[in-house]
Amino acid sequence: MFCGHCGQALDAADHRICERRLLMEPPRFCAQCARRMKVQVHPRGWSAECVEHGVIGD
Amino acid sequence: MTDILERARTKVLDGGEGLSYDEVVEVLQLPDDQIPELLQLAHEVRMTHCGPEIEVEGIISLKTGGCPEDCHFCSQSGQFTSPVRSVWLDIPQLVKAAEETAATGATEFCIVAAVRGPDERLMSQVRDGIKAIQEAVDINVAASLGMLSQEQVDDLKSMGVHRYNHNLEAAKSYFPNVVTTHSWEERWETCEMVRESGMELCCGGLVGMGETLEQRAELAVQLAELEPHEVPLNFLNPRPGTPFGDQPIMDSNDALRTIAAFRLAMPRTVLRYAGGRELTLGDLGTREGLLGGINAVIVGNYLTTLGRSADEDLALLTELKMPIKELAKTL
Repeated sequence: MFCGHCGQALDAADHRICERRLLMEPPRFCAQCARRMKVQVHPRGWSAECVEHGVIGD
Repeated sequence: MTDILERARTKVLDGGEGLSYDEVVEVLQLPDDQIPELLQLAHEVRMTHCGPEIEVEGIISLKTGGCPEDCHFCSQSGQFTSPVRSVWLDIPQLVKAAEETAATGATEFCIVAAVRGPDERLMSQVRDGIKAIQEAVDINVAASLGMLSQEQVDDLKSMGVHRYNHNLEAAKSYFPNVVTTHSWEERWETCEMVRESGMELCCGGLVGMGETLEQRAELAVQLAELEPHEVPLNFLNPRPGTPFGDQPIMDSNDALRTIAAFRLAMPRTVLRYAGGRELTLGDLGTREGLLGGINAVIVGNYLTTLGRSADEDLALLTELKMPIKELAKTL
């Protein structure tokens, strides 16, 4: 599994700062494959698309 | 020499005249223990010259990322190693975003594209988008599409664009530290064309990018000279991968001094909280700014980052007894 903020493996580093940042921004990397996602921010939410793993959103 | 706050009270509150460059510098140099008095004066100026209403706006990114420009604060530049990927919004999603914005009580919906200036494809998308929004939602449509030609200014006006955003971004003397792919003068020219067209001009900038207090004051008086209808005030949110990605977050007291100083430089202008306030000021600072000269907010999310929830902001406005400006009063 990978960090949505920095794209690094979750078990490879301390991601506490990333977790805080993800409160104020959408993930940019797919949690399953670390590919950069296409992210669209909406007035009341966001959606992010990984070419391999589909769309996620809040 | 009398105290700057005393002089500002006479000149700005009573006389309705904005502070000069030297006076804005003095305000920005006030010690922390004078901030409450400064904010109180700025609030009185806002209430006297603008009234109690708050203008609410939502924004949406129509075209995200892949921008050829190198604005050092921006995660959407294609020149940096930012993780933001290029993406376009389709018309149904654009209309849905306008509906979500209108549901908050907002009177303004701004369509933004990360470009140097619009090409024919973008102008066509904006034309179709505005038409679809106007058929479905009762809201003013604003746009922010970069630098414009006179023909594009005329086209946008004929499409029904109510307000056009184009920020100076920084003081003229600091601009080369922020952007190298176009000039401050090119930005000024677009702003003048927009203002002369009859569209409302929305023009502000960012603070906390490493500029000096003097350059912050310079930006305030340059904006005052331009006489925009609205000034959006952004606080740098250092984005990963950008040249300003390692800048420290602006001190909250400096941010509050800046809000009040901008209000005292532009007593009648709409002064809007824009990006970065959540990070720089937090909940308490957001409240202090609203009681210190701010009279407009962007609610909900920004272009690539998330904002406070619209519901939290609207609840705060209710608590502060600041009515949301109605659509009829903005036309």
